[in-house]
Amino acid sequence: MIQRLLSVWHARNLEFVRDRPTLIFTILLPLMIVVGMSFVFGGKERPLFKVGVLSAAIDRNAHPFLRERYVDFVPIADETEGLRKVTHQQIDLLVDLHGQPRYWVNTDSPRGYIVEKLLLAAAPGAQRQPVTGAAVRYVDWLFPGILGMNMMFSCLFGVGYVVLRYRKSGFLKRLHATPLSAFEFLSAQVLSRLCLILFVSVVLYAGIGTIIHFHTAGSLLALLLVAAIGALSLIALGLTIAARFSSEELVGGLLNLLTWPMMLLSGIWFSLEGSPQWVRWIAAIFPLTQVLDAARAIMLDGAGLYQVAPHVIYLACTALVFLAFGAWSFRWRVD
Amino acid sequence: MSIASDPAYPDVSAAPSSSAVPAGGAPILQVRDLIKRYPSVTAVDGVSFEVREGSCFGLLGPNGAGKTTTIEIMEGILMATSGEVRYRGEPLGQRFREQAGILFQKTALQDFLTVRQSLALFRGLYEHGLDVDEVIRICALEKLARRDNRKLSGGQQQRLLLAIALVNDPALLFLDEPTTGLDPQARRNFWELIQSIKARKKTVILTTHYMEEAELLCDEIAIMDRGRIIAQGPPRQLLREHFAEVLLELPRQDFPEEARRLPLRVLDTPERVEITTDDLDSTLRTLIEARVPLANLRIRPANLEDLFLELTGKELRA
Repeated sequence: MIQRLLSVWHARNLEFVRDRPTLIFTILLPLMIVVGMSFVFGGKERPLFKVGVLSAAIDRNAHPFLRERYVDFVPIADETEGLRKVTHQQIDLLVDLHGQPRYWVNTDSPRGYIVEKLLLAAAPGAQRQPVTGAAVRYVDWLFPGILGMNMMFSCLFGVGYVVLRYRKSGFLKRLHATPLSAFEFLSAQVLSRLCLILFVSVVLYAGIGTIIHFHTAGSLLALLLVAAIGALSLIALGLTIAARFSSEELVGGLLNLLTWPMMLLSGIWFSLEGSPQWVRWIAAIFPLTQVLDAARAIMLDGAGLYQVAPHVIYLACTALVFLAFGAWSFRWRVD
Repeated sequence: MSIASDPAYPDVSAAPSSSAVPAGGAPILQVRDLIKRYPSVTAVDGVSFEVREGSCFGLLGPNGAGKTTTIEIMEGILMATSGEVRYRGEPLGQRFREQAGILFQKTALQDFLTVRQSLALFRGLYEHGLDVDEVIRICALEKLARRDNRKLSGGQQQRLLLAIALVNDPALLFLDEPTTGLDPQARRNFWELIQSIKARKKTVILTTHYMEEAELLCDEIAIMDRGRIIAQGPPRQLLREHFAEVLLELPRQDFPEEARRLPLRVLDTPERVEITTDDLDSTLRTLIEARVPLANLRIRPANLEDLFLELTGKELRA
């Protein structure tokens, strides 16, 4: 069994490596993401403090503090949202200048400490309300999302279309006439794609991580494990679609039907906190949501395997279910 | 292409197999009451036969006769509606898959692989088999071993597909219309290759609509039409059973309507009439007395194509 599996795995790898346009695109896409992110988030940081002001708009004449130079004042309408930003150090200070001035400062933030001095010089009696929390830049939060999105597309479309092409060309029918089982064939496809995805993800992690000076708070091995199990689940999900159908239009449509809800609801671009409960329940079904939640917990909060175990177990179970369903519903030939 | 230098595959292209009685011993494959129904058509309608070990068995018939459906059920890649196929007395299973080699009518291979890599892929799927180098030598693919399999000519591609079918050193080899679409030279080369495989006492099951191919290669044939076997046996025996010794051909325009009242066995084809007889002198006298012009008369022995025409009233390649 292992020999058969390795033969198909090896042949698939050779095919992928020699398919130059696809290979270049696979490498180029992450590179473009890296370059794009470096353009958006790279370069010298601006020497500005960022202060949130609880107000609909900034009126620089409303208070002497608002006339400070080198401070970027941003209006924040909602106090809860402002507090979250202070906690994650997305702003250095939150001030309410209506009536008796009061402010919230993150005691873990060095920038908060300095800008607090500026505020107290302008408003000596301001009421202090300390909060704590490590700094989380948006780019840090977005980083796992970019990795996950790339992984999702590669898993679903990369495997789905390859199996479909094999079926339509009759290559699967020829393999069917050998001792190779559906499970062996599918496992070889999964493993080949898994190796590729892990390689690309490591390159992407190293590239973007260097550019944005990202440091994973938790274990890299735990992160790799989450990436591997997550990719396994997503590849197996793609196979459930490609296992049976022979129409490119149908398979393309079904894969899009899977990817777009995950693009919107799995938390690639923004957090679902504050969304209706039913939206979060739906989002929790998607493997990508589980991957991103686990990855962010490891990368940003320093969580260990124990803390992310529910996500890993969920992903492993779905991978098995999808793979079993794929093998069961698999068709070697066009019906 | 030369395969005569390989001691395992001696040159046996001298005489057609059809002159011999069916070779082989015990049945290696048994087909019983095979039926395959699709919603709108019954492709195979109660087919039964046995293939003896070491023989070459040919399934003949026109397009749509049910040959490919029958052979794909025998190969175990298509489920029959009813009936059974047994390999060495057992239902088709892992043993069959390990010991059968298959060449489909149309097969695509994995892209971007060379000839050698394609063979290595399939060799890796079997527990036992030949070395890739040996298969390359048998099928005369040495000069093509490093070539991308997509860049082969039709004949070269068929040789590669045959090599893939041989990679597990099969006891039973299925060839589904192996020379369709090949030029005459490539077809002759391919026949030579199949004869060398037969010489190794391999069992070959062949579908074809080329009668010359069947007469040259097959020890036993079954003629199919509309999903049924309408005749079966060694080619020569079938011809003896169904035909007198000779066949006379005349252009249709040379054969007047009143001549149809003569006591002759006449078959019509689009361009000609065919008269079968076991008494050539008497038939010629009858035609001369009836003033049938004989300037374009052709006399030849009956062949499998005539047999099919006799049995079905249709041209074989229609």
